[in-house]
Amino acid sequence: MKLVDLTELAVRNLRESILRNSLTTVGISVGVASLVAMLSLGIGLQQLASRRLMKSGLFDTVVVTSRRDLRNFGREENATAPPPGESKILDETARQEIERLPNVLEAYPDIRFPTTLVYDDKTHLTMVAGLPASAKSNDAFETLQGQFFSSDTAHEAVIQKVFAEELLGRTRKPGLDETNVRELAGPLLGKELTMRYAQRESSAAPPGPMKDAASPDEGDTGAAYSVVPRELTLKIVGVADLDPESMRGPTRARVFLPLTLAESLHIMLPTDLREVSRGAGDQPVYSSVNVRVKDPAQIRAIEDAIKKMGFNTFSILDATRSLQQFFAVLDLFLGIFGSLALAVASIGIVNTLVMAILERRREIGIMKAIGASDGDVQKLFFAEAGAMGILGGIAGVALGWAIGQAINLGTNVYLKRQALPPEHFWMVPMWLVGAAIVFAFVVSLAAGLYPARRAARLDPVQALRYE
Amino acid sequence: MTGATATISANGGSAIQLQQLCRHYRMGETLIRAVDGVSLSVRAGEFVALLGSSGSGKSSVLNLIAGLDRPTAGSVVVHGRDLAKMSREELAHYRLHTVGMVFQSFNLIPSMTVAENVELPMRFAEVDRGKRDGLAREALTRVGLQARMHHRPSELSGGEQQRAALARALINRPQLLLADEPTGNLDSHTGTEIMNMLRDFNRQLGMTVVMVTHERALAERYAQRMIFLADGKLVGDEANPAASGMDLPRVEAGRQ
Repeated sequence: MKLVDLTELAVRNLRESILRNSLTTVGISVGVASLVAMLSLGIGLQQLASRRLMKSGLFDTVVVTSRRDLRNFGREENATAPPPGESKILDETARQEIERLPNVLEAYPDIRFPTTLVYDDKTHLTMVAGLPASAKSNDAFETLQGQFFSSDTAHEAVIQKVFAEELLGRTRKPGLDETNVRELAGPLLGKELTMRYAQRESSAAPPGPMKDAASPDEGDTGAAYSVVPRELTLKIVGVADLDPESMRGPTRARVFLPLTLAESLHIMLPTDLREVSRGAGDQPVYSSVNVRVKDPAQIRAIEDAIKKMGFNTFSILDATRSLQQFFAVLDLFLGIFGSLALAVASIGIVNTLVMAILERRREIGIMKAIGASDGDVQKLFFAEAGAMGILGGIAGVALGWAIGQAINLGTNVYLKRQALPPEHFWMVPMWLVGAAIVFAFVVSLAAGLYPARRAARLDPVQALRYE
Repeated sequence: MTGATATISANGGSAIQLQQLCRHYRMGETLIRAVDGVSLSVRAGEFVALLGSSGSGKSSVLNLIAGLDRPTAGSVVVHGRDLAKMSREELAHYRLHTVGMVFQSFNLIPSMTVAENVELPMRFAEVDRGKRDGLAREALTRVGLQARMHHRPSELSGGEQQRAALARALINRPQLLLADEPTGNLDSHTGTEIMNMLRDFNRQLGMTVVMVTHERALAERYAQRMIFLADGKLVGDEANPAASGMDLPRVEAGRQ
């Protein structure tokens, strides 16, 4: 029998006992819905986690340090590397070289320095860091009050919540540490903050004896510099609700300046002391460079390339890998639980079809008497099972999606009450929609296997004898 | 026995040949010999009536000829092919293309309209959708039911239902028409209508007709040959030249 005719007859037969077949189909759709719901919860959580992690800048960032940085020495297993004293300097040339590597979005120096800031005639000592413009999408700034820097050279500052408390002279009570950022931002936004810092300034005439004492292999050692105290007035444009103690790469400071501004100030950095003998030229030297990668999958290759250049690298790649594994197992278990309902539903199909055979015994006999083959009868019952499967699958996906939407809505109402940003825990990707319907179809066909075979083997003489 | 074999070999135009045909059932401890060594031959284009009381095995013989059942022993050869040696698939194909069947209880599928019932064998035969409509209409016109083709069987009278069943039996142009008590559920007037149609098919379309009945009068009126069965055995085989004539029905009806 042709597929069109088969489908038409199957649908007609399903309509004949509409109540029973609808109930069976509802059973399948509940099974599919539970499967879709479980899996989309797993997928949604996974995407939420990886989205969060991506935004945190931990997983798409490689931290590059010089092997000359003794603080890192011994951490790397690279025994073949030259001793620290002979390793390359992490300077502007090296930064540009790293930035030119394929799949690197940007490589920016990590500029952070302790300094004093004056606000309201009071002096505060804290850590100040430069932030690249790309940090705006970092989730640490999601709850930023005020705004991000207007430009990369603006004399503006974003301060951290804890520092804001300090500026306002508030102390945290041990039990009640949830200070509302909004409250803190009110009196601070738009106010001015004076930063005192030490600027490195090249000296015009280097003294002769120093030249002999400095490394003889460098040509530019003629330059020397002096340290000049400076002051810069900054406007507070934002208060961030992030924790300086957290592991968030570029944010471990309490006051942030635009990166380009920070660079242009030629602030005396700890590295300058280490490289005092050679780094006296006009090329800045960095203690570390943060490399942002286009795709976390590329991290390993980029790390290798940077290592080949003679630097140390660090990334939290392995953490993502075990996370992926965790979610794969979670999805598997959610899938198994979701499938249980579908398994129960498939027994419903068997039951319905066996009932249909008993009811339509005579009809099967008639069809065989007028020339239907075993295969025709079998295919007809298969088609009925398959049609219920597809209908149930479609209804189930819709139901699962609706449940997901409802839960998204519910959780977001809850999150809003907790003053947290809305999230989408529930993700129904297109492949899951397709796969769920196909899966429902296949399960239904499998359930139809026994009834279809039984119908096909029915003896027409016996079947026609029953009135 | 030898006589029967001689008849078969002598008649090249034979459509159906039964040889030592047996169909035994086991019901608990007892063996029921529904058909017990029947040998006969039906010529192509013949109108044969199988007569006997209920339980004589006439319906069982018809089911064996229809390929709905398989013999316990012996052979059923239709147009030179032994049904006992066919696979289930081949038997289905045989039923679809070589045999048309009508039953006492019409056996139309109640959920389908008359037209759909008539079309059903064409679906199994994978006839194109476009052709089916025309052929179904043509067959229904032949039995005078074109006006009721979109009704369900339950909305039709018994005679109309049997006409629809006849149209369905004809739709794949089989050479063999098997009828199991076709007038058993009908009053005599509509029964006559149906019988006339059977005779028309036999004469105009050249179909071989085997009809099972327990009414001797009916057989005498229409069948060219009457075969009598009792307890699964062949007990008589009479030619009925009276039915060969063209306009006997009215005369016969008058005599009844």
